[in-house]
Order: sequence, then structure tokens, then C-alpha cells
Amino acid sequence: MDPIFGIHESAMLVRARRMDLLARNLANADTPGFKARDMDFTQELDRLASGTSRLTTTHERHLRSPRGASADDQLKYRVPHQPSQDGNTVETDLEQARFAENAVAYQTTILFLNGRIGTLRTAITGGR
Amino acid sequence: MSLFNIFDIAGSGLSAQSLRLNLTASNLANMQNVAGSPEDVYRARHPIFRAGGSSFQEEMTGRGVEVLGIVESTVPPVQRFDPGHPEANEDGLVYATTVNPMEEMANMISASRSYQSNLEVINTSKELLLRTLSLGQ
Repeated sequence: MDPIFGIHESAMLVRARRMDLLARNLANADTPGFKARDMDFTQELDRLASGTSRLTTTHERHLRSPRGASADDQLKYRVPHQPSQDGNTVETDLEQARFAENAVAYQTTILFLNGRIGTLRTAITGGR
Repeated sequence: MSLFNIFDIAGSGLSAQSLRLNLTASNLANMQNVAGSPEDVYRARHPIFRAGGSSFQEEMTGRGVEVLGIVESTVPPVQRFDPGHPEANEDGLVYATTVNPMEEMANMISASRSYQSNLEVINTSKELLLRTLSLGQ
């Protein structure tokens, strides 16, 4: 893991991935039988930051995982507060709230990264 | 990059919901139609949605929602005796559509709300992507 950006690099990836998931839930808000899914952010971040998410290759001819390991096997299914008749478990208002929360968290990560870059810039230019 | 993927996902939601809105408009516009035979009667149309990505690979990346097809309502048309109507058959009968306006209005509200939330997703992702692009500036 790159020590310059620390945990924020992984955090950004996980946030982007979660945003993808929540967008999928919202797009399928009216699909019969669709099961809403979400991830455990902390667990996902741990996996990514500790590097255990990538398949390790010990031989040059081993298959490499294309985009890190897929996190899909770690996804959880949402338990709906008000289940609907058609088997859909997306609760649009709650999903929207989570999406907003995730977007704010993503922006926070951007802020941290920007701060880091600013620090480095200051160090490079010697504060001039 | 997953943020670009969101545009596909929310875009599929937008197109699915706008199709649904279109069909609702069509159903409401044809609500008063009558025809001379039960076969010619306008029947209410509704889309069938399915979670996108049937294959394993697509399931991993997520393709949003797809429209499986459009089904016509199977509710039998209402038969009415109206011999003065130009469309009436030799028995003086006309057949009226069975579009349910309450159902259509509820569908319309649901479709427009879903459309809005997909749009919101696109806007937020766009904002975040632009911020990511301007990192360090």
C-alpha cells in the first residue's frame, strides 16, 4: 500500500464501489423480486487495506484477478423494514439516504487526499 | 472505475422509467377508446422489469435494470350497447377499453419518483467524479 495516501486510497475505492451498489439498488427499485444488497464498509476496507482481497500469484502463469478480487461474494442482502408483495426489498428513501451518506463520505476522502497533496506540495516547494 | 459504471446503471433506470411513463401516457390517452370488436380494443400496456446482468460476468459488474418486454392487459373489454355509435357492429355493440385510471396514476407517480432518484444518482456521481478529477489542484 502506498504510504503517501495511506488508508484513503483504499477508502476511496470502497466508497466508489458502494456507490455503484447503491445505484444498482435504486435503478431496480421497481423490479419484481430484486433483492437489495449492500456491503460492510469496515470489513471491505480492512480486506483492501491489508491486501488480502487480491489473489496472490506464486507463478508467472497463474491467473491474475482482473480488478483486485471481486467483492461481490462479501455482499450482504438487505433485510427490508416493510417487505413488498412482489419480493422487491429496495426501500427507495432509505437507499437514497445511504447514497447521500456515502457521497458525503467520498467527498471527505477527497478532502483528505487534497490535504495530503497540499502537504506534499509544500514540502516539494519548500513553502514558497 | 466503478464511478463510470454508475452512469450505465442509473441510465438504464432512467430509460426503463421513461418507458413506463410513456406507456402510462399511452394508456391514459386511449382510456376512452371504443372498437367494434373485442380484438381491436386498445389494451393497457405495462413494462416488465428485470434486474440487469443475466450472466455471471454481468452479475459481477452490475448492469442496472432492463426491460424484458411489454405486456398487454388481459382484462376482457367492457361490452356496451350503443347502436348509434359509428364503430358499432351489426348487433349494435361497442367494446370499451379497460384501462384503470387509478392504477395508471399510481404507476405514473411511482415512475416519476424513480426517475428522479436515478437522476439524483447521476448528478451526485458526476459531481464526485469532477471533484476526483480536480484532485490536487
